[in-house]
Amino acid sequence: MANEKLQQIRFMSPVGSVGGGIDGAALDEALARAPHFIACDAGTTDAGPFSLGMGIPAFPREAVKRDLSLMLRAGRKAKIPVIIGSAGTAGADVHVDWVLEIAREIVTEHDLALRTAVIYAEQDRAYLKRLLRENRIIPLDPAPSISDAIIDGSSRIVGMMGVEPLQQAISDGADFVLAGRCSDSALFPAIPLMRGFPPGLAWHAGKVSECGTLVCETLGRGVIFTTVSQEEITVRPYGDALRCTPQSVAAHSLYENANPYLHRECSGTFDLTNSTFEAIDGVTVRIRGSKFIPEPYTVKLEGAELAGYQSIIVGGIRDPFIIRQLDDWLGSVRNYIDESVARVLGNKADKGSYSIVFHKYGINAVMGALEPYAKHLPHEVGIILESTAPTQDIAHKLAQLSRQPLLHYPIKEWVGSTTALACLHNPAVIDRGPVYRFNLNHVAVPSTPVEMFRTHFMDLCGSRSS
Amino acid sequence: MILADIARLIRSKNAGPFMITFDIMFADLASYRRVKDSGALNPTAFAKLYRCPVDKVRYFECENALALKFSIPRPLTLGELGDGDTHGGQQFIPLMNVEIP
Repeated sequence: MANEKLQQIRFMSPVGSVGGGIDGAALDEALARAPHFIACDAGTTDAGPFSLGMGIPAFPREAVKRDLSLMLRAGRKAKIPVIIGSAGTAGADVHVDWVLEIAREIVTEHDLALRTAVIYAEQDRAYLKRLLRENRIIPLDPAPSISDAIIDGSSRIVGMMGVEPLQQAISDGADFVLAGRCSDSALFPAIPLMRGFPPGLAWHAGKVSECGTLVCETLGRGVIFTTVSQEEITVRPYGDALRCTPQSVAAHSLYENANPYLHRECSGTFDLTNSTFEAIDGVTVRIRGSKFIPEPYTVKLEGAELAGYQSIIVGGIRDPFIIRQLDDWLGSVRNYIDESVARVLGNKADKGSYSIVFHKYGINAVMGALEPYAKHLPHEVGIILESTAPTQDIAHKLAQLSRQPLLHYPIKEWVGSTTALACLHNPAVIDRGPVYRFNLNHVAVPSTPVEMFRTHFMDLCGSRSS
Repeated sequence: MILADIARLIRSKNAGPFMITFDIMFADLASYRRVKDSGALNPTAFAKLYRCPVDKVRYFECENALALKFSIPRPLTLGELGDGDTHGGQQFIPLMNVEIP
């Protein structure tokens, strides 16, 4: 990209998450408006810790390949950079490599040549333990406890990068920046900040763009096209029947954020308290007044650790005599299970080493302790028994030992042998494999914005051009 | 009237794995102000509804988005054993029946 002074900078966010399904026609329409770059987020923690813990992506490979191919080809056609962040859902090294392999295929199939910067975000344990010793890992609220053992026991820990590693890659001539875990919003202001646009507007422009058409009045398939000048942001969608309204754009800063006005990033906080939103036409909104407050540099950490292996039994109870005493009955079933486990598995399964949870659909499975209507009894209750243990073998046996008491534990209202649980499946026990938990809600204080991230440059070339 | 009759959208969602946030959105300034000015939605009432300490409740009035917003720590961290709502999307229901005088 040339370095002449720009009056405005334009960019597009083709989809809220790579693999979500880009609208090709909307992409072409937005590309005709001559954007200076394309950026797209690929990550989330919203689906849970499994992706980070297990090292697998949340989207099918074919879906990621389709979207990435559309973006990389659009980028080459317009000769503009493409920036992808939080590759492969969790943005650990294994996820980045998974997307890199897909990119190689695309480059070969479409005969592209891409100067590529791959930025890894997974964290070295020795480095984190040194930061911890130097009091340079700070808990957020609420945060689980942290120690060397927690760091060592994590399956993976990633740092959420800010704009600086991306900017370095762009400065060094990357056409394609493939980044590990990255702040969703930071993908978009990286280049505008390099070109001298105001930080408050650049960051807010990233925020309104990062979720794709979620910033629109009604979600749909389309592309978000954003411009930033020295005075204002404009944001609009391309795509059928999509529109941004002042309310939809203002409301977007509420979504999935604890605080709608202050958004903490690595290098500071962008402040939307005095932002104004006005309609320019039926689909475009102008934003002014967003500020950025520089703060000491921090990098958010995300970690996942193995919680155990899990097995489940799915079934239902229809007997009103049991439903009206369900908690007591399940308490008795639970005691019976614990006694069987102690008798059969002995020291292979100490009581403190495993967990058994009953999810009671129809009573309070969705809201748990928060359910205000847990005393309203339905005519039918769905039961999921969830056993979790240090090995799959033990988790499976816990569920097997739970099946008999769930089926046959007696109640005084009936005389004789009963069968209480309508099992959905045979075999009743389903093994779910490993389950993970998030174990960090902390920020690290690095010496520089880039020291936690490793950038590798490579030329990806289609076979015909190499 | 209850809140569900006045709001255009009441929703809950994770705000990261450790927090959950609740958005109450209105179609027009009049309904937004009616609910806000009624005082029926406030951190104390919310803390009672969601059984959490009032000092953990964050409350925001967002007039430009025609929205009121609460955030609290998740009762169980996302994905913790026993958590029944991974995305936190079905936790808004008690807000629906809040009486708006």
